[in-house]
Parts: sequence; structure tokens; C-alpha cells
Amino acid sequence: MSLKGKAAAIGIGELKPYREPTDDSALDLMAAVAAEAIADAGLEKKDIDGLLVGMASADPGMIYPSAIGELFDLRPRMLNVLDIGGASGAGMIWRAAAAIDAGMCRAVLCLTADLNRMGRRRPPMISLMYEFEAPYGAIGANCSYALIAQRHMAKYGTRPEQMAKVAVDQRRNALANPLAFFNDTPLTIDDVLNSRYICEPLHLFEIVSPMSGGAAVVVASPEVALRSKHSPVWLIGAGEGSDRCSVSYAPDITESAVKGAADAAFKMAGVDRKDIDLVCPYDCYTITVLVTLEDAGFCKKGQGGPFAMDHDLTFSGDFPCNTHGGQLSFGQPGLAGGMSHVTEGIRQLMGRGEQRQVRNARLAYVNGNGGIMSEQVSLILERVS
Amino acid sequence: MSEYNKPLPQPSKTSRPFWDAAKRHELMLQRCEACAQFIYYPRARCPHCFSDRLVWRKCSGKGTLYSFTVVHRPATRLFADGPYVLAIVELEEGPRMTTNIAAPADQLKVDMPVTVFFDDVTPQCTLVKFKPA
Ligand SMILES: [Zn+2]
Repeated sequence: MSLKGKAAAIGIGELKPYREPTDDSALDLMAAVAAEAIADAGLEKKDIDGLLVGMASADPGMIYPSAIGELFDLRPRMLNVLDIGGASGAGMIWRAAAAIDAGMCRAVLCLTADLNRMGRRRPPMISLMYEFEAPYGAIGANCSYALIAQRHMAKYGTRPEQMAKVAVDQRRNALANPLAFFNDTPLTIDDVLNSRYICEPLHLFEIVSPMSGGAAVVVASPEVALRSKHSPVWLIGAGEGSDRCSVSYAPDITESAVKGAADAAFKMAGVDRKDIDLVCPYDCYTITVLVTLEDAGFCKKGQGGPFAMDHDLTFSGDFPCNTHGGQLSFGQPGLAGGMSHVTEGIRQLMGRGEQRQVRNARLAYVNGNGGIMSEQVSLILERVS
Repeated sequence: MSEYNKPLPQPSKTSRPFWDAAKRHELMLQRCEACAQFIYYPRARCPHCFSDRLVWRKCSGKGTLYSFTVVHRPATRLFADGPYVLAIVELEEGPRMTTNIAAPADQLKVDMPVTVFFDDVTPQCTLVKFKPA
């Protein structure tokens, strides 16, 4: 059993993230990107017969997918919520392909959107987190990723400027992306290192900014893909894994389940790391990119820092990485932040990267990361032609 | 004296012995009789072998500083009373704990030895914290 070539991404919809509060609801944003993605695919709403949706923290609830389906008057034959944090977007893509391969449906709408809640409380974590984490001030993701960074630095000698380089190169990508939030101001390594500490050793400019926005992808069967508007982007490899919820109980906090997920994805795809034309690793923090590139096998374990320094991570560089700017410069509209890595991979392989197009891009590696590197989804996407 | 308004644990049937021991200034963890491993946080069954033969044992309170961060900008105003050190401590008995370290950041180093102390944050609740050994 393999999902290689069983389904293709044929349409995308995405909003430019914004920070200020508006009258929009998260459901309004879902409707906007759903409509855009379906039109982009060259389909009509009635063609959508599968729905995978991420719950918006601004508008949570139970029996979520049928409520969203009703909102758009869909008649899905497969519907579900995916709740693996920032990995949800990538996780939807292979689930859509699996449902299609199983004959359950032919065109699946994968949908994410959220509002910047401006410091309002997020839905509570389960009681265990509250009992053994919150009393010590282990609240939110910043402090947990700082714990990862601190040990990575101690264990492997990773330097602050090596982490900063990720944010700097990705900003150069964002400057060429009209959809990115931070697309008008260049960033230097000194800017990053001189920004204030939020959780030491992580500085402000190494941390994503919450935004409002949304992103959607239509995944379709080969027959449907044949009549799509753009060149289909085929899913040829996928892998997923989890090895903790809280960072305190990870087998080794400098390592992650990316390894198993990426190995599975590359094995299914039958391609090598060196064949990959661009990578789109989830980047809630700079350290996340280093750990992901190491565990995905693009460099030796612990060498993510020197690797980032030695390579040009921009769209015109020798190792194009998060050519949309990454969430660090694109913005993080809830789960749509994770989906932005998927849409960018698709956009590039469709040849729609405009001024940031990676030349002759044929294969993309995409990684989704949820929680504190707790859930990992690796995808390999291919343009065939 | 200002009131303590940070989050407090709400012990369950399974976890109450841990918090009761902390109140007595003892660090007690469950140890699995079937596979001989200590576990943390408290559970109804051993996460390693799924046995329910878990017995509370007193621990040495010694460990090493697995990682730490100085939180300058906490995610909630409840912790906005100044930077604090959030840490993961690896206990001599094996498990890791999320905790706080009472020491200035410039005295901290990953993997340095630490030792437990008990912070009676309210008359009802004691948190398990660490300091350099
Ligand atoms: Zn056991």
C-alpha cells in the first residue's frame, strides 16, 4: 500500500495575513479561502465531496465539520476535523489522498483559518498539562521551544547567529512575496540578535507573530486532476509521527518525530534528499527549522546551525527554504500558518512563484509540526511534466 | 502580603499522593513493580509496560538540569512579576520534570547537578522546585 501518485493538489486559496482586529469571523475567512481554492482548481462547489477542516481557536466547537459543510452547503461523503496543531494542514493532504485512494471521495477541500485573538485565552489544554506544567509557568509554546534551543546549543554548540540566519534568509524571501505580512523591511542577523529576549535564548524576531488569515487546498483524484486549471501537484510521499505532547517528556528534546515521518515519506516517494528542489519546513521558531532539517536528513544531526550558515536559503539560493518567507515573515494565522508551507510548495511546483519562483522546481519537501515538535507530518510533492 | 494567584494543581485521585508528599516536603514518584521503572507524572498505569502495579516511593531529590529558559515575556500576566527560570530536570531515578530553578541564570549550565526544594506557595499547596546542588 502506498499513496504515491494517488491524488494531486489542484487548487489553493490563501489570504494575506493581517494583525489588527476586524469584524471578520473565522468562518468568514474559511468561506473566502474555500471559494478561492475551489475556483482555482477549476471546480464547482458541487464537485467537492470530502471536507477536512481545522478548528479555529476563535470559533471552536463540537460536530465541527458538518457545521462548516452546512455553512457552504456541501454534501461531503467524508468529513473530519484534524487536531494535530500546526501539522494539521500537511496532515490533511495525505488523509485526503488516502480517502480518495480508498474510493470514499474524489475531491477533498482541506480548510484552515483563524483570527489573531490578541492575547485572549486559547482553549484549555487537557488537565495533565494544567496540573504538571502551568503551576511552574510552562504556558504557551515560546518557553518550550526555548528549552529545545538551550539544550541544542549546549549539546551541539549551535550559535545564536546560526539560528538568526534562518529568519534573515526567510525575510529575503518574504520581500518577494506580496502575500507575506512582513514583506517591506529587510532583516539582518544583528536585528534579530538585538531584538529583546522573550524566552532566553529566543529573541522576538525568532518567534512567529499571530495573525488572522486562512488557507485552503483542493486535493483530487487523478480523473478530476485531469480537468484542473493548473498543472496538478502530485503527492508522492507522506509520513507522520508523534513522540510526546509536553516537551519535558520527549525522548530527547533536541530530536523529533520528523525523522520517522521524513524517512517514511522519502521511502514512499522513492527519491533522495539531494533530488529535492525546495523545502518548506514548519518554522514557528528559528530552532524548529534547524531541528527539522537535521531530522529530515538534509544535514547531519546537530549540524543545522552550520548548515544554515553555509547555505543560501533564499528562493535564488542553493537550498531554497520557505520561499514564502516562512511563518516567521509570512505570519501565523492559526492552523493556516502550517498550511502556508503546503500552499507554497504547491505554488512553486505549479510554476506560480512569480518573482520568487525557484527555477525548474520539480520536487518539494514540506513538513508540518504541531505542538512542541509533538506531531510531525512530512510530504513530498512532485510536478510531473 | 499579596495573594498567590498563579495556577495551582487540582489533584486527582491518581495524582494526590504526589502533591500530599510535596506538602510534607518529600519527593515521591510512582515506581512500577512489573518493570522496575520510576514514572512521572502520576498515572493509573505504567506508560512503559501498562501494568497497574504502581507503588509510591520516596526519591533522592537529586538530578541534573536537562534544559532551562529565562522567561522574560510570559504567555500570561499571571507570571508577569519578573523573569523566572523554567526548567526540565532529569531526576536521578530517571524521569524528567517540568519545574523552576531558584538561581540567577548566569549560574546555570545545562547538565549541572541540582537538588530539590519545596516551595509552600499557599497553605494548601507546595510546588516541587530545584536549586543548584
Ligand atoms: Zn512498568
